Amino acid sequence: MNFEVPNFTPAIPEMFVLGMACVILLLDLFVTDKGRVLTYILSLATLAIAAVLTITLHTPEPVYTFSGSYVADPMSALLKVFIYLTTACVLIYSRDYLLQRDLLKGEFYVLTLFAVLGMMIMVSAHSFITIYLGLELLSLCLYAMVALNRDSEVSTEAAMKYFILGALASGLLLYGMSILYGMTGSLDIAVVGERVMEADHDNIVLIFGLVFVIIGLAFKLGAVPFHMWIPDVYHGAPTPVTLFIGTAPKLAAFAMVMRMLVEGMQGLHVHWQEMLIILAILSIGIGNIIAIAQGNIKRMLAYSTIAHVGFILLGVMTGTAFGYSAAMFYVISYVIMGLGGFGMIILLSRQGFEADKIDDFKGLNDRSPWFALMMMILMLSMAGVPPALGFYAKLAVLESVVNAGFIWLAVLAVIFSVVGAFYYLRVIKVMYFDKAEDTNPIIAGSDMKIVLSLNSLAVLALGIFPAGLMALCMTAL
Amino acid sequence: MAFELIIFYIFSTILVGSALAVITVRNPIYAALFLVLAFFTCAGVWLLLEAEFLAITLVLVYVGAVMVLFLFVVMMLDINLAPLKEGFIRFLPVGVAVGVIILIQMAMILGPENFGLEKFAMPVGQGEDYSNTKALGRILYTTYVYPFEIAAVILLVAIIAAISLTLRKRPDSKKQNVADQVKVRREDRVRLVKMPATKKDEVQS
Repeated sequence: MNFEVPNFTPAIPEMFVLGMACVILLLDLFVTDKGRVLTYILSLATLAIAAVLTITLHTPEPVYTFSGSYVADPMSALLKVFIYLTTACVLIYSRDYLLQRDLLKGEFYVLTLFAVLGMMIMVSAHSFITIYLGLELLSLCLYAMVALNRDSEVSTEAAMKYFILGALASGLLLYGMSILYGMTGSLDIAVVGERVMEADHDNIVLIFGLVFVIIGLAFKLGAVPFHMWIPDVYHGAPTPVTLFIGTAPKLAAFAMVMRMLVEGMQGLHVHWQEMLIILAILSIGIGNIIAIAQGNIKRMLAYSTIAHVGFILLGVMTGTAFGYSAAMFYVISYVIMGLGGFGMIILLSRQGFEADKIDDFKGLNDRSPWFALMMMILMLSMAGVPPALGFYAKLAVLESVVNAGFIWLAVLAVIFSVVGAFYYLRVIKVMYFDKAEDTNPIIAGSDMKIVLSLNSLAVLALGIFPAGLMALCMTAL
Repeated sequence: MAFELIIFYIFSTILVGSALAVITVRNPIYAALFLVLAFFTCAGVWLLLEAEFLAITLVLVYVGAVMVLFLFVVMMLDINLAPLKEGFIRFLPVGVAVGVIILIQMAMILGPENFGLEKFAMPVGQGEDYSNTKALGRILYTTYVYPFEIAAVILLVAIIAAISLTLRKRPDSKKQNVADQVKVRREDRVRLVKMPATKKDEVQS
């Protein structure tokens, strides 16, 4: 048997993150200081160096290695860089919160880094096995992180729900993969793609496999009707963990959709288009309508996530290159907005006070006009008001939908978005027109204040000058 | 062929039966034991497929290690089954209806029509001296080395997660500290209290 030693160069970022996670795991044993400054700085440095490695190693042509189970292409490089960036923000935002609640353990950083590794593996996966293993690595870290606060009953319940539903979804996904493997005889996504292309596109068994795969993907993305875990988990998890779950994994899930549906099953596009239309329109509708009834801002943002996922699916559904780029642009802008939104909740919370009710934002303008302004930018962006980033993201997706000939879908999506604007505007109303009930000063580290402000200003800046990011998304696909 | 077919049907019937029993029996210990039976018969089916190594691993790992541990846990915990069974009757009709529909659909698609011998040729059996352990080992450390390493990382994360969730100081747990017990001095435990002497009848009152 001939075996060529694989080319390890493209996978250096993965190996580096793995190595550093293990080093931090060991070093943390010897850290006695309560703030874990060393662990914190090393984790941030790991992400920064991994970003440098990813950018320097990236090539415009896709490189395959490890017998075709790994791919490094522009899409994976772009998504990885955003994953590092998002995770770095998560670490900066969550430090004070965890420290105050005695949750700042080395495991938080180690699990975060392993979750990053899982996402990197998913983004660069080129075979069903690697996609699945990356997903499991990510999910396992997230389950543990949700349960990090052992004394909170809500957290434990959320972790349990997340674990059971996540395991169920993984099972469905695996079953779909096994059917596709049975029909095509390969796990390599490129080979599966070719075989599916050759096969009759009404082949019932392939569609059967596709259905299971789509259910699995919809569970992980949180599209209606597979969304029931999202509000409970977002609500129950400690806010920094919610911040993490709500942002970076969406990038990895998007990559999974692109690899499995677009690269692997382009031949069945007619069928998955129909399924994605149903998922997308239900998500946009139900997400936006139920969000109106929420009094808890974490739950509200959870339902708004569901609505945003609907838009991402709309972009993918078109099956055009522009649609994919628009979806990618949307997912990246959603992640930037989500980071800011959950970051604000962390900013307002303090020891013994979670700030997770909409009422807790009352009179924020009197307490801190600057952060009220930042929150307003974020909310307007999520609602899709120009000139913020969210507007351009929605515009790009809707343009691709109209170009693909689904005018009625675009109209429906716009109607539901207008409905959704209500609950975003309510937060703004509460901040500016209601009297503050809570007059405690807002205390946070200057690092968090600066990064959070930059984060919100980026939403505005990218909304005014979206061309650069859009060009990146266009060349990446 | 016919003999293999008979064995296949025997194993499969027991497998499906015991799998059903796992989720229907009342006693959790019986359920765990039925699961052991299901693993055994499943290993039998795999042997028919010439996957000897996997069959033996299934018995060794699942039956030998996982299920024994599982039985320990089931016996140690006092599981109250009444709340688990709550709403069972209420959801039964819908559950059964959905289950039956899915079963029929799956049977229609996965039946001989799509996976019969005319669609997929019967695989040729391997020779006597063929070692499937060797074959597995060969591809596991070459073609599949990347997934193999990721699986190793998943196990590492599982250890970290399990320890970080269970290892914590609980103020209400009573544990013995031998060093403290040895170091203890008489002055730490015994306190002499001076009390004025009292007469017998005063104490009684």
